[in-house]
Amino acid sequence: MDINDLRSILTVLGFVCFIGICLWAYSSRAKAGFDEAAQLPFGDDDGLASASGRQSREGK
Amino acid sequence: MQSQATYNYKVVRQFSIMTVVWGIVGMLVGVIIAAQLAYPALNLSELGEWFHFGRLRPLHTNAVIFAFGGCALFATSYYVVQRTCHTTLFLPKLAAFTFWGWQVVIVLAAITLPLGFTAGKEYAELEWPIDLLIAVVWVSYAIVFFGTIAKRKTSHIYVANWFFGAFILTVALLHIVNSAALPVSLTKSYSAYAGAQDAMIQWWYGHNAVGFFLTAGFLGMMYYFVPKQADRPVYSYRLSVVHFWALIFTYMWAGPHHLHYTALPDWTQSIGMVFSLILLAPSWGGMINGIMTLSGAWHKLRTDPILKFLITSLSFYGMSTFEGPMMSIKTVNALSHYTDWTVGHVHSGALGWVAMISIGAMYYLIPRMYGKTEMYSTKLITTHFWVATIGIVLYIASMWIAGVMQGLMWRATNPDGTLTYSFIESVKASYPFWTIRLAGGVLFLGGMLIMFYNMIKTIAGQQAYEAPVLSPAAAHA
Repeated sequence: MDINDLRSILTVLGFVCFIGICLWAYSSRAKAGFDEAAQLPFGDDDGLASASGRQSREGK
Repeated sequence: MQSQATYNYKVVRQFSIMTVVWGIVGMLVGVIIAAQLAYPALNLSELGEWFHFGRLRPLHTNAVIFAFGGCALFATSYYVVQRTCHTTLFLPKLAAFTFWGWQVVIVLAAITLPLGFTAGKEYAELEWPIDLLIAVVWVSYAIVFFGTIAKRKTSHIYVANWFFGAFILTVALLHIVNSAALPVSLTKSYSAYAGAQDAMIQWWYGHNAVGFFLTAGFLGMMYYFVPKQADRPVYSYRLSVVHFWALIFTYMWAGPHHLHYTALPDWTQSIGMVFSLILLAPSWGGMINGIMTLSGAWHKLRTDPILKFLITSLSFYGMSTFEGPMMSIKTVNALSHYTDWTVGHVHSGALGWVAMISIGAMYYLIPRMYGKTEMYSTKLITTHFWVATIGIVLYIASMWIAGVMQGLMWRATNPDGTLTYSFIESVKASYPFWTIRLAGGVLFLGGMLIMFYNMIKTIAGQQAYEAPVLSPAAAHA
């Protein structure tokens, strides 16, 4: 077996690994975690009143 | 509550402001070299060689990619990693070093390139002492970024951080491998590689600089600022995971398409072409994911110029990632290579995608660095958007026409096999399009000047602001 066989095997393993990632990403098991992660940019109030928030306060 | 810890905004603020400043400088140099092509007298040969196109062109590319784009990436990654991990930066003093170190690199580039000190590798022209400084700054950047991820208060690592992380790691690898050289003096070195291998390593670097610096990094920006500005979570988080790994597995192989029909082995060229074609899938997956985040909130595009910037950038990303694979097909490349079509393609990505998403992110970021939620003038953001968009359209349309024309003229032969056109005839025929391109560049630069004015007015009289660190539990309460 020469080094080119190893290279071919590595390429195939890379592909199998990627297919595995796809299957995992689209499995129902991963969904709950993804939904949680997708919310990470939100709910982190930066202490600044948003423009709409300011307006609604002024309206009161 | 008064003594609550605050995020490290100072370094974000510094990088944000320098993004706009270096954007203007880099694009100004771009406008100058565009003018030199249209009006060769502007090379100022009477004064010396310092302002020649060949000296200023690498200054332009380095300034827009590494100074403008680099500062935008530092600013947004430091901001996003802190906020989505609910923690302050790891080693803030090291983060401050990355700011000052990076500025020194940029200034050294601006001095050495016009003087003619160059390693001669495209997008890696800087000589070895500067390369060493870049390596130190970049490793520091990696330590700050991954250290911050390690001390996160959340269980998940948000997808934007995956993209930023991949960008930081890969650029470190690319830069260190491609810059390996034997110094012969302080200002001169020779590549550690020779011949076709040197070319292959250079374009492995070159294309992955596109793939990881100009794509993955800015996709990190996209995955935070598009959901934030649209105020809805990303369209499909699982698609973003597949998008990430597909890019990682594919990009590394695409470099050889820069070396079609050269001394590079034919099979290597074909691999480069095939992987470039495959890249269309993850690229469009990412584009669709970004644009569809707006699904159900399309009306926001009408009134929000920041969203206009972000979504238009994704459209240009989709366009140039369709164009790229197409141009990597050997038969298409036979026409397009070495022509202005390539220049048009690069700028559709650089102005349309990279610059527009950065500008959108900066319009979001800059007011927040000063305790505001909006820029001084939203109207001026809208003006900037239209001026920039018209500029890009003029730029890429003129380069498409010029490029295809050049390719056709160079390959045209008479029945007896002689060339129909001399090279200089194709240069003469290109002049009108080089003038149109100059107009497009002037417009795009003009947009950046509007942004600078808007930024100054936003900052004037404002105190720097540091937002409090919220615990993840409080954030979701």
